[in-house]
Amino acid sequence: MIATDAATRPVLSVEKLTTSFKMAEGWRAVIRDIDLTVNAGETVAIVGESGSGKSVTALSAMRLLPPGQARCEGRILLEGRDLLQASDAEMRTVRGGVIGMIFQEPMTSLNPVFTIGNQVAEALVLHRDLSWKAAEAEALRLMERVRIPAAKSRLNEYPHKFSGGMRQRVMIAMALACRPKLLIADEPTTALDVTVQAEILHLLRELQREENMGVLFITHDMGVVAEVADRTVVMFRGDVVETGPTPEIFAAPKAIYTKSLLASIPRLGTMGDTAAPRRFPEVDPTTGEAVEGRAMQPVPAGSAPILTVENLSVRFALPQGQIHAVEDVSFDLRPGETLSLVGESGCGKSTTGRAILRLVNPSAGSVVIDGQDVAKAGSHAMRAMRRTSQMIFQDPFASLNPRITIGAAIAEPMLAHGLVGRGQAKDRVAHLLEQVGLSSAIAGRYPHEFSGGQRQRISIARALALEPKFIVADEAVSALDVSVKAQVSNLLLDLQEKHRLAYLFISHDMAVVERVSHRVAVMFLGEIVEIGPRGAIFDNPQHPYTRRLISAVPVPDPARLGQSNPPLGEEIRSPLRPHGYVPPKRSYREISPGHFVQEAIGTQA
Amino acid sequence: MARIARALLNRLWGMVIVLALVVTVVFVIVRVTPGDPAAVMLGSDATPQDIAQLRTKMGLDAPLITQYGQFVLGILKGDLGQSIFLNQPVTTALAARAEPTFFLTLFSIFIAVAIALPVGILSAVKRGTLFDQIVVTLTMVAASVPSFWLGLLLIQAFAVGQGWFPASGYGGPDTSLIERLHHLVLPAMALGIVNSALITRFTRAAMLDVLGDDYVRTARAKGASEKRVILKHALKNAMIPIITVIGLSIAMLVAGAVVTETVFGLPGVGNLVVSAVLRRDYPVIQGALLVVAAIYVLINFVVDILYILVDPRVRL
Repeated sequence: MIATDAATRPVLSVEKLTTSFKMAEGWRAVIRDIDLTVNAGETVAIVGESGSGKSVTALSAMRLLPPGQARCEGRILLEGRDLLQASDAEMRTVRGGVIGMIFQEPMTSLNPVFTIGNQVAEALVLHRDLSWKAAEAEALRLMERVRIPAAKSRLNEYPHKFSGGMRQRVMIAMALACRPKLLIADEPTTALDVTVQAEILHLLRELQREENMGVLFITHDMGVVAEVADRTVVMFRGDVVETGPTPEIFAAPKAIYTKSLLASIPRLGTMGDTAAPRRFPEVDPTTGEAVEGRAMQPVPAGSAPILTVENLSVRFALPQGQIHAVEDVSFDLRPGETLSLVGESGCGKSTTGRAILRLVNPSAGSVVIDGQDVAKAGSHAMRAMRRTSQMIFQDPFASLNPRITIGAAIAEPMLAHGLVGRGQAKDRVAHLLEQVGLSSAIAGRYPHEFSGGQRQRISIARALALEPKFIVADEAVSALDVSVKAQVSNLLLDLQEKHRLAYLFISHDMAVVERVSHRVAVMFLGEIVEIGPRGAIFDNPQHPYTRRLISAVPVPDPARLGQSNPPLGEEIRSPLRPHGYVPPKRSYREISPGHFVQEAIGTQA
Repeated sequence: MARIARALLNRLWGMVIVLALVVTVVFVIVRVTPGDPAAVMLGSDATPQDIAQLRTKMGLDAPLITQYGQFVLGILKGDLGQSIFLNQPVTTALAARAEPTFFLTLFSIFIAVAIALPVGILSAVKRGTLFDQIVVTLTMVAASVPSFWLGLLLIQAFAVGQGWFPASGYGGPDTSLIERLHHLVLPAMALGIVNSALITRFTRAAMLDVLGDDYVRTARAKGASEKRVILKHALKNAMIPIITVIGLSIAMLVAGAVVTETVFGLPGVGNLVVSAVLRRDYPVIQGALLVVAAIYVLINFVVDILYILVDPRVRL
């Protein structure tokens, strides 16, 4: 939707915007001299990593930062009017009236104690002087417009009954209620599954075309940028480092930061003929030049599996039925191998990982780790199992105890298992920290002193402390910024090679999975629908769901601007089944050696 | 609506079970208390015959299970037995004393909430300002003050000093309702102020919590006025912990009536309990215990129902 006709005029132009926050030591600028314009019908993306100031820029434009604690200087012109000079009453007519805004967290951005209809209608009552009755009728029309199925019956429901994607549709309906001239979308699809993301992006694009709206799209995902943005503003630590048409930014980035950002993005389809995993390119931050990473070794043939999972099922009982979270899942994993479990939220991939480590109890099936069945093991055998297998979690901020020094956190498992005495523990901790690329001098510090990437390295060091043979990495790099994501993934690959570690790599990020996996298993509604060597899954996907998943991944190539895949089918269904439900016995067809695909019911011979 | 009806039924059923337990516990407590009630009541001069006679009269010589059956049967018929000293049924004695306790509780909680909600909300909205700091300090002080001591101060200032309110008593049954409520002003203020401290702190904390939530930002981004953001979007979400603490305060007021009514010389249920204990009037103690426990359970029931009305996610 490149709108460059003569009628183009700026809806928003930000001039020399500097926003400062009040700190203990005085005012500190968090964004400096930001210039950007958004024209009618145009999408401008602000892209940058965490802490780059992209959200602060958006919140400044809406004047939503807490007064007294934040200060904006410069000019923010909305159709020629300076918002920084506007009165509070004027700002209220702007917010929700002239500028609509949607946020990253659809799960928490709606008020849990008011109905959906009420919340959408409120925007109309506030700005369009409608009665509540008329507003609710209009709200229904808006909900149908953002294609919420059975909108009429859902009008009186509360947000907790809506999935993430549906809530984001409600947010969009709310933001667009008063036909704003400008839509600010702050990471609107980051918390959503890729297939849902594709649907939401498609919807936004359609609505934008109909309304000739300007869109300011904030994201960290270069793939999304390439798909939606006419122009792109790259931010780094509070400064705009580069602005330009998106194709130019991708084809010929000028700023070093842009170059290194583009070089670090995990992209699908960059593996060539390598069968084994391949390290992410090393990016030189001073030049932005990238050197393609080295391919790792293939798994030696013939070694015995370290992990064998057979017919694993996990069910949770609810009053209204049973959640078949994991259903009849079988696979094995050999030393030095990475098997990735991919799928969308709710597909059972995390539960599978947890059931293997007995963090939840399996309902049926066997899990053999290093020759021992742990599915039914007693507490003594479990203790031994905890040594051979470890877990790395997604959230590096929540998984380290804030009151324990990182040295103590890393030493704890070794002391608990009596592997070392207090004296030796210190040396071991130092050694482990060096292995994960941190200085051994930091052992006395607390978690809050570290960045997300450093914390994830600390979590890895802690997992390595017991010299495990097998690690479950549950979305271990998903919360990290792109450059850090590449570095931590590389670290995992190096450690695997060095210690012959086996990884069960649970992730929704297909581009990372393609890089780090030997094999991939695709999960849908608790079942594995397809499993096989990484190359086979990505180059020759057989199951319709696998195809849908791969094709929904945004590709960082602006040539595809505006022509991403149209919405594909409805949202993921729920694995909630009535009590006493007996799942059908599934059979698998072998496409090529080791590549199995689940057969549709009724087609097996 | 079905959700609310189902929850109501569930809760009612739960309440019946709890009340049955309460009845049993009260029965057991009175039986296991050391000493023979009949002997204690008759004093040291009583002959064994007198004691045996009283025991028969009180039904204490029947097997425990029979006594229990009769106790339960009586309760079901609304009969809590006969007071030994007052010469009237326990229910009559309780009913005669219920009014001051009821009004005092209602009056106190009204004062407490009327102070706590606005002050707590304002304090949260104006976090870190001088007003907020004063509120935080004052509530800390007020929460540490015993209500009877505050009551004495109030009596000193407004009853003895100014003569605006009576210092104690309640007025007889022939006085007007206004006259009787006039007697309750000082005790209700003492209780209300002390209870408001706790509720204010909870309100402030709950509001601070929800004011940082994403949906509050959404409401602002929608163009809602600050008043609307706070009173509609934030307050309803903050109400859950606030309702909890208000319910607890009411329950504590009822239970605390024993102390307050003694200090202010109010002829309420608390006062009745104190004199019954002093006179070993077992049927009255038993009946009052039951009634207070039942009120406790009832308040919790109401709080649970309010949860469901406020928060659509709550299932009971």
